Amino acid sequence: MTTVSDPPKASFQLSQLIYDTRYRSYTFQFIALMLLVALMAYLGANLVRNLAEQGQNIAFGFLAEPSGYDINQRPIEYDSQSSHLRASIVGVLNTLIVAFLGCITATIFGVTAGILRLSPNWLVRKLMAVYVEAFRNVPVLIWILIIFTIMTAVLPAPSAFRGDDPDSSMLFGSFAFTNRGVYTPAPIWGPGSVVVVLTFLASIFGVFYYRRYATKLLYDTGKLLPMGWPSLVILFVPTILIYFILGRPIGLDYPALAGFNFQGGIHIRGSLIALWFALAIYTGAFIAENVRAGIQAVSKGQTEAAASLGMRPRRIMNLVILPQALRVIIPPLISQYLNLTKNSSLAIAVGYMDVTGTLGGITLNQTGRAIECVLMLMLFYLTISLAISAVMNVYNNAIALKER
Amino acid sequence: MSDNQISFVRTHMLPEAPPPVAATGVVKWLRENLFSSPANSLLTIVSLYVVIEIVISAAPWFLNGVWDSPSLSACREILDGNVGGCFAVLSERWNQLLFGFKYPSELYWRPGLAFILLFVAGAPLLFFKLFPSKMLIFTGLYPFIAYWLIWGGSLLVPIFALLGVLLGFYVYKRTVFASAGMAVIAGFVAALIFWILSGFISGPMENVLAIEPVPSRDMGGFMINLMLGVVCVSLSVPFGILLALGRQSSMPIIKWICVVFIEFIRGVPLITLLFVANVVLAYFLPPGTAFDLILRVIIMITMFASAYIAEVIRGGLAALPRGQYEAADSLGLDYAQAMQLIILPQALKISIPGIVNVAVGLFKDTTLVSVISMFDIVGMIRGPILASAEWNGVYWELFGFAALLFFVTCYGISQYSQWLERQLQTDHR
Amino acid sequence: MAAETQMKVSDQVAVEINKMNKWFGAFHVLRDIDLTVYQGERIVIAGPSGSGKSTLIRCINALEEHQKGSITVDGTVLSNDIKNIDRIRSEVGMVFQHFNLFPHLTILENCTLAPIWVRKTPKREAEEIAMHFLEKVKIPEQADKYPGQLSGGQQQRVAIARSLCMKPRIMLFDEPTSALDPEMISEVLDTMIELAEEGMTMLCVTHEMGFARKVANRVIFMDQGQIVEQNEPEEFFNNPQSERTKLFLSQILGH
Repeated sequence: MTTVSDPPKASFQLSQLIYDTRYRSYTFQFIALMLLVALMAYLGANLVRNLAEQGQNIAFGFLAEPSGYDINQRPIEYDSQSSHLRASIVGVLNTLIVAFLGCITATIFGVTAGILRLSPNWLVRKLMAVYVEAFRNVPVLIWILIIFTIMTAVLPAPSAFRGDDPDSSMLFGSFAFTNRGVYTPAPIWGPGSVVVVLTFLASIFGVFYYRRYATKLLYDTGKLLPMGWPSLVILFVPTILIYFILGRPIGLDYPALAGFNFQGGIHIRGSLIALWFALAIYTGAFIAENVRAGIQAVSKGQTEAAASLGMRPRRIMNLVILPQALRVIIPPLISQYLNLTKNSSLAIAVGYMDVTGTLGGITLNQTGRAIECVLMLMLFYLTISLAISAVMNVYNNAIALKER
Repeated sequence: MSDNQISFVRTHMLPEAPPPVAATGVVKWLRENLFSSPANSLLTIVSLYVVIEIVISAAPWFLNGVWDSPSLSACREILDGNVGGCFAVLSERWNQLLFGFKYPSELYWRPGLAFILLFVAGAPLLFFKLFPSKMLIFTGLYPFIAYWLIWGGSLLVPIFALLGVLLGFYVYKRTVFASAGMAVIAGFVAALIFWILSGFISGPMENVLAIEPVPSRDMGGFMINLMLGVVCVSLSVPFGILLALGRQSSMPIIKWICVVFIEFIRGVPLITLLFVANVVLAYFLPPGTAFDLILRVIIMITMFASAYIAEVIRGGLAALPRGQYEAADSLGLDYAQAMQLIILPQALKISIPGIVNVAVGLFKDTTLVSVISMFDIVGMIRGPILASAEWNGVYWELFGFAALLFFVTCYGISQYSQWLERQLQTDHR
Repeated sequence: MAAETQMKVSDQVAVEINKMNKWFGAFHVLRDIDLTVYQGERIVIAGPSGSGKSTLIRCINALEEHQKGSITVDGTVLSNDIKNIDRIRSEVGMVFQHFNLFPHLTILENCTLAPIWVRKTPKREAEEIAMHFLEKVKIPEQADKYPGQLSGGQQQRVAIARSLCMKPRIMLFDEPTSALDPEMISEVLDTMIELAEEGMTMLCVTHEMGFARKVANRVIFMDQGQIVEQNEPEEFFNNPQSERTKLFLSQILGH
């Protein structure tokens, strides 16, 4: 019998690089790394040569120069004398605005349509199916253009609101839909308005507190308080009382026709509305499918088990189905938000000045700094994506922990 | 049967009986599906009202539609103040919508033929049970035929390209028994060498067996959307597989190269990649190389799609039970064999719905090329057609037509994928 | 009965395991395993779940990598050299708890795949071999079906045939009947008994103590990653030495 010990420590042979499981993976990784380095070096050398030939360089100094162009929708101070960097920041803020508005609206559309697709009503179910299929199967760019066309070519000009017997009139006397955008009333914060806002915030906490108290009471004594209408009362009654007691401190600035255009109120441009609404309704169709799939994913057995314990349909939904369905729904929901944010770069097609329109559009064309601009643009979107993925990972981990 | 008697033996088996006569008919259906509760009835009435309202307002627009008129003003005259669509723009600009405004009109038959042949080539692939597998030979030839028909030029170019592929495949087949992994590389290298060498022959002989060449920049319309969609999806599947395998690899460097690539591409919008194709990519190519825009766009969209397809396939790989890997190992198959024979065939089958989803999304995203001033169907509508004096102002008919084209294609593809999923599900039971 | 199946055991060593240790992370799954298996031996490995018995036979097939000590299969030392690993794997057949048939291939293709691609056997010859073994496990008529169309017992018999097609000298069974419905267990055990009677070297991880009594010439009891006791089946069941073994036997034979 041979004395068996660790494999004989033979002298190292070159063939071991390929045939020995210990070195094999290093060999392949080394080759891959070399190929990558070679590719990078090749592209880099080309870049250097091309730049030298055209007398260019890579520098970010242009960001400090005055931009020389105007941006019509600007959440912060900006004019044509501001720097390119400031123009980019305006663009970033505009992107975030439309993404934020879009995500909220898309969630509302999507959740409504998703739940209605499971409605017992045949007609409603079919209508929602038509909505989902129609919007999922047509490019979002076409929807943006169609809605933009409605905003600019179909809505009346401000002049149509003029005269004693105008062709168009304002909705409720306060909203004007014109081909230059939508005008809505703006709130005026008078003295004491802070108190009203604080009351409202306190009411929100109050609702949570009440519901917790009711649950605790149920657990401790078995007494079940009503949840629905008291929540509504707590939410609204104190705020409305305070509002009138303080003499209506929050007023509204109504838009009014002055000359050729509306003055006052808030002016939302058609490009923003087209982008916002199109992204919301398009992404909503996808969210509807996620919501439907999520609710259906909770097995029928769960409903039957809950029913066999004597629960009512609404309790089954709230206590058994929804908590489980949400786990299925939320991850794809977050990735839809990410898609919406990326799709908001289509703003450039309707002239909404988001970061793609400023940094990747006018700044790029004016300065000719293609590499720098596109690089910064990509980094911006990448940062947002990674941030959203991080949030998703945190959520997934939290869920995974609970399942242990 | 008395109460205290437990034992029982059945002597006669009961015959099968028909179910009790169920309440059927229209009224019952209506009550159950539309008017089951007051809230439901209200919903039904509101929805019905909305549907009827839409139909009433849209019907005259379709019914009074004008199909034959040279311009919008002429069309408005014909309508004489009535509501109606000017569908004449579609018949008038039909060729532009499909082929762009520069493709030589006497050559429209060529892309047209390529489009029809696409179905002949796709059918045996999509409905593999209904067609003889010999037809797959034509599917293999199709890319070369389609290239020749659309771009024209010497027949030698596609023939040499085809021969290169065949040579590579032959080398692969001959060496695959020795080592499945090396065979892939050997086949690829053989094809590459052949292509480079054949370039020296086909270069000077560009007029041999040539039909009129059409440069890429003359292409436009829906043709571009279809071309980009078909080409990029087919190219991105193999790249996606490689990336997915790389990401699953146990070798950290290879894994991280793939992860960084995939996450980078998935983290940025397609538009930024199109900007790269349009204004940046040229900086990274050797000075003097003139890639035309379509080729650059194909490269970037393929990269984009591969990253998404890689994630889909990774899901398919992860869904396979570990036992499949272990069984392949215990039989002595090496990595490349196990992947080609056991893992990938199964993983790809699981991934089909996901790949189709990516394909549909990608096809819709081909409209984004209009942003970098390529004249695909959206570019044609927004550019040459809406800017023309005759048709300035015809929005609904044009956008509606484009939307309809995409809807029919994408809805068709997704229905197909659901059908295929059912086919594959019942297959092996 | 036991006397009938008792066969002559050669003194040729099939598997030699020496001071083998394995860890999963910090968890010490296998501790100082010493085991010599002679050609033609039928060994049953028993033990509570988590005792490392599956891991032990998976190490022999290099499905798991051991970290200390050595494993020698048919004179080949299991090292990091993939040529060695390949050689050992083609000598050693493995049958899994969950069959692990390839669902996208027919039964026949499942059986011919490895002979064609690993042994480089011509396809026709491989098919003849496959049919031979399918007849042996008594399901030649299912050759053109897919695994999903077969019952669990049939699938496990196909899995055995698939391994046999590689003409292995040693067969490893990893709980081959644990995933089966009760009425299908006996058909798989019958196949295994037949195999044993032909003199195949077998290592079986199983809870089927009837099988152990009938065919095994050695029963090994493992607990906490160590071999606690090994003996001839008669002695093992009737006169267990260790307290752990007694407890285990009383638990599984208790009803």
